[in-house]
Amino acid sequence: MSFINYMAREINCKIVYYGPGLCGKTTNLQYIYERTNPDAKGKMISLATETERTLFFDFLPLSLGEIRGFKTRFHLYTVPGQVFYDASRKLILKGVDGVIFVADSQMERLEANQESVENLRTNLAEQGYSLEKIPYVIQYNKRDLPNVVTVEELRALINPMNVPDFEANARSGTGVFDTLKAVSRLVLNELRRGGGAGRRAEKGRSSGPTSKPSRSAT
Amino acid sequence: MVNPQMVMYEEEFNQIQTVVDRLVREANAKVVFIVDKNGQLIAASGEVDNIDTTSLASLTAGNIAATGGIAKLLRENEFATQFHEGEKANIHIQLVGNRVILVVIFDSKSSLGLVRLRVRKASDELNRIFEALLSKVQEPGGDSPFAEITDEDIDNLFND
Repeated sequence: MSFINYMAREINCKIVYYGPGLCGKTTNLQYIYERTNPDAKGKMISLATETERTLFFDFLPLSLGEIRGFKTRFHLYTVPGQVFYDASRKLILKGVDGVIFVADSQMERLEANQESVENLRTNLAEQGYSLEKIPYVIQYNKRDLPNVVTVEELRALINPMNVPDFEANARSGTGVFDTLKAVSRLVLNELRRGGGAGRRAEKGRSSGPTSKPSRSAT
Repeated sequence: MVNPQMVMYEEEFNQIQTVVDRLVREANAKVVFIVDKNGQLIAASGEVDNIDTTSLASLTAGNIAATGGIAKLLRENEFATQFHEGEKANIHIQLVGNRVILVVIFDSKSSLGLVRLRVRKASDELNRIFEALLSKVQEPGGDSPFAEITDEDIDNLFND
């Protein structure tokens, strides 16, 4: 749920990185943090265990610049990926405006990816959102590793809706900003339609002349 | 709908800011701020220059969310109040109208009793303001200022 502040002329949106344990959600945020101008970012917060596994969430506030006189700010969150932290994942999805699903491209994580997408779908539904309607993109991470599944295969398994998807190597940064930009575009497009990010079940989605699919290249 | 779009207008913002400014004085607090349950900072007052309000807002909301999760498991509606006592600083966190979070940071110049008393009064006022704001937001006809943005506007954001 974006927050429009007419007084401060600001618009705040919440993006959540979702995906199975160790798929690289925190690494995405770390890369963004390292590569963003100091004046455009706040402090990155990681609530992690002693072994650096995400315990509750990572948080990174980003300023994107102005749009029609409104400062656009994105709050990036990651969820803890490990299966048993499901209660925490649900909490972090509250008020979400857009979701990035980070998939682990390695063969042995194929099933974990599928389970995590299903978990995302369930948890969104519990909050009254629908995965079909919320701004949603997928990142196939760890493309640099030798034991990866082909993108076609991953696409067939976890992207049946054909949402915008990107190959990435979050450690080196490949694809990280492309993924973020894509979801940001979808969120802003949703805002243009006056939407409450995917919570539109009762109103139905307007079939009017909306914008071009926001996959248009930068 | 569980949570309609959060919008803040000048009129209500000024009312909220007045309450927050007064609470800083009356509770002898160092800092008072208001966050929505999703972690967005709404208003702040006091010695805010020395603290990272954005991070505090996000963590406070996370804290309230986690506590709310615990409450649910115990079949409680909410734990509306939290208090953390440090060596120098103390923090009092109050859920207002199950919608926004009122945070008061104070030191030995104040006391928990005083803070509680003032928070109770401020909560009532804030509740009224947010209820009025909510009904305003739900009135039909309020077009989003973003209805007019173009693909180009969005592209420009990413061209820097």
